[in-house]
Amino acid sequence: MKVSLQHLTKKFSSRGKNQDDVIAVNDFNFEIPDGQLIGLLGPSGCGKSTTLNLLSGLLKPTSGRIFFGEDDVTDLPAENRGVGLVFQNYALYPHLTVRKNILFPLQNLKGAAKLSKEEMDQRALAAAKLVQIDGLMDRKPNELSGGQQQRVAIARALVKMPRILLLDEPLSNLDARLRLQTREEIHRIQKETKITTIFVTHDQEEAMSISDLIVVMKDGNIQQIGKPQEVYDDPVNLFVAAFLGTPPINVFRGEVRQELLCIGQDAVLPVKGVKDQPVFAAIRPEGFVLDEDGPLRCRLGRVEVMGRDTNVVSTHPAMQGESVRSIVPSDSEVKVNGGEVRFSLRPHKVYLFDAQTEARIRFEEA
Amino acid sequence: MSCAMEKQNRKAWLYLLPAILFLGIFMVYPLLDVLIYSFEESYNFASQTYTDVGLYNFDYILHDPYFMQAVKNTFILVLITVPISTALALLISVGLSSIQKLRNLYQTIYFLPYVTNTLAVGLVFMILFKKTPYTDGLVNLMLSWFGGGGIDFIGGPYWAKMFVLSFYTIWVVLPFKILILTSALASVNRDYYNAAKVDGTTRTRIFFRITLPMISPTIFYLVITGFIGAFKAYSDAVALFGTNLNAAEMNTIVGYIYDMLYGDSGGYPSYASAAAIILFVIVLTITCINLLISKKNVHY
Repeated sequence: MKVSLQHLTKKFSSRGKNQDDVIAVNDFNFEIPDGQLIGLLGPSGCGKSTTLNLLSGLLKPTSGRIFFGEDDVTDLPAENRGVGLVFQNYALYPHLTVRKNILFPLQNLKGAAKLSKEEMDQRALAAAKLVQIDGLMDRKPNELSGGQQQRVAIARALVKMPRILLLDEPLSNLDARLRLQTREEIHRIQKETKITTIFVTHDQEEAMSISDLIVVMKDGNIQQIGKPQEVYDDPVNLFVAAFLGTPPINVFRGEVRQELLCIGQDAVLPVKGVKDQPVFAAIRPEGFVLDEDGPLRCRLGRVEVMGRDTNVVSTHPAMQGESVRSIVPSDSEVKVNGGEVRFSLRPHKVYLFDAQTEARIRFEEA
Repeated sequence: MSCAMEKQNRKAWLYLLPAILFLGIFMVYPLLDVLIYSFEESYNFASQTYTDVGLYNFDYILHDPYFMQAVKNTFILVLITVPISTALALLISVGLSSIQKLRNLYQTIYFLPYVTNTLAVGLVFMILFKKTPYTDGLVNLMLSWFGGGGIDFIGGPYWAKMFVLSFYTIWVVLPFKILILTSALASVNRDYYNAAKVDGTTRTRIFFRITLPMISPTIFYLVITGFIGAFKAYSDAVALFGTNLNAAEMNTIVGYIYDMLYGDSGGYPSYASAAAIILFVIVLTITCINLLISKKNVHY
């Protein structure tokens, strides 16, 4: 099912007299292709959960329309939209067994959609098999691990064969190991069922790793939509660049002089086609190359050996934030000269942003 | 190792001592003493003497028509007031939880009876229901609009008096139950309701399949304390019908015990003790039955 949002806006009225309304979702326009896995990504308070609730029908938009396929569902109540929703805390009914939890949505069906008991049992078992919990049908939710509860919640959302599946922070209640496993699981289930799935997360790694498409949001505004790798390689503004990637991108205060990027006193990179102006220069950790004669001079902090590669942690006065983190191959030799380590830069890993608007400034690589 | 354990144990007992002493002196000892009194015939407080030991006290009160009346009254009161007050409180709390405007006002109004003195409330009830040579009372006036009336609820037929006593008891216990149930309802995670809503669950089904099971521990608590409270009813009857409850046919078990100790015909600690033991056994039995039932129906 294709999902499109047209000028979708949600305002929450303010509580105090002198406060402005909070615009949680501001004029969203985008289209989600059929059968894709979409990650809504942003820091807390960016409006991603509000967007999800607007899609589910639990919240009514202030203005704008929502379409599922060709149907305008904006005015449909949640129960008639045919969405499956998985909550952050799973919201499994604690007094019902796994089987009864999964059966619950089916027992609500009325009229022509009503199923016989055998059909219901079959559907519940099929959903349980899909998420591989068919051996736990008679347990209560509190007898299950977090990951198992998550699967039950997904089975409960899938059992009524929803048109779209919505997941609110599906992995945030799991420990690191389970998170990795469950993330694969969600990916597998989505690919098997081919249901258009939208999930919300503040964890960029989570979104990058399984999404077909990510939507990066901030303060109720969409920053960028695209395939994970595209958004990572070609961020439109400083926020997107800084939000994606671990370790995070290194942001320097710099200046462009005569088509040369200067950080501190050193001209570090030719940037053709950029006029003279103060800029933010953001460099991905993998954009640094150890070079004894390199133009960027940093004070060495420490070297962290990670096995596959090595993190060089250093400081620079123009750096925004604590330290410069660069990743170099583990076989490279860190040469230190009087506490100073020097780098040259890979041009396609360096992004320039306007010092005022923080919008991307593109340059031609030399 | 075992020596250390021994030391630990002794320490634990030391820490428990204040509580054990307190409970022992003021709870366990009196309970045992009452049990002993109940078997001692014609026990006299002043001389601390008794004539014989046996089951005579129990035999006497079980053949005392006043005691049997008190037992009957107490059971009727319990069976009427506990279910009605709990159901009514649930209805009102659900109503309160689903309104937004004026919710605090209503909550305050419903809570008022709780902070009002029961004797004062009893007096008001008496004035509302009583029929005197000068006035039929407000309730009778209202009944007369529908062609009824003329009933003396305070000094008249048995069922009328029982009606007033039950009405009064329900009215008095309601606020506490509403308070507890509203907070129980508020503590149910909204996500359960949202999940049910997305799945198209009807309101009735949400109430019976989600709300009720979620607050079942609270309901169970209210039922148990309600039973115990109603079995120990006494002051409510006094507030409405005065101290001579035997004459009014409105005595309760606790009222009977009080009469046996200090009433006009009092001075019989042995009979009072026997009645107290019987009440204890009744309450214990009912609570055990409650616990057994709740094991099946209360979740968590």
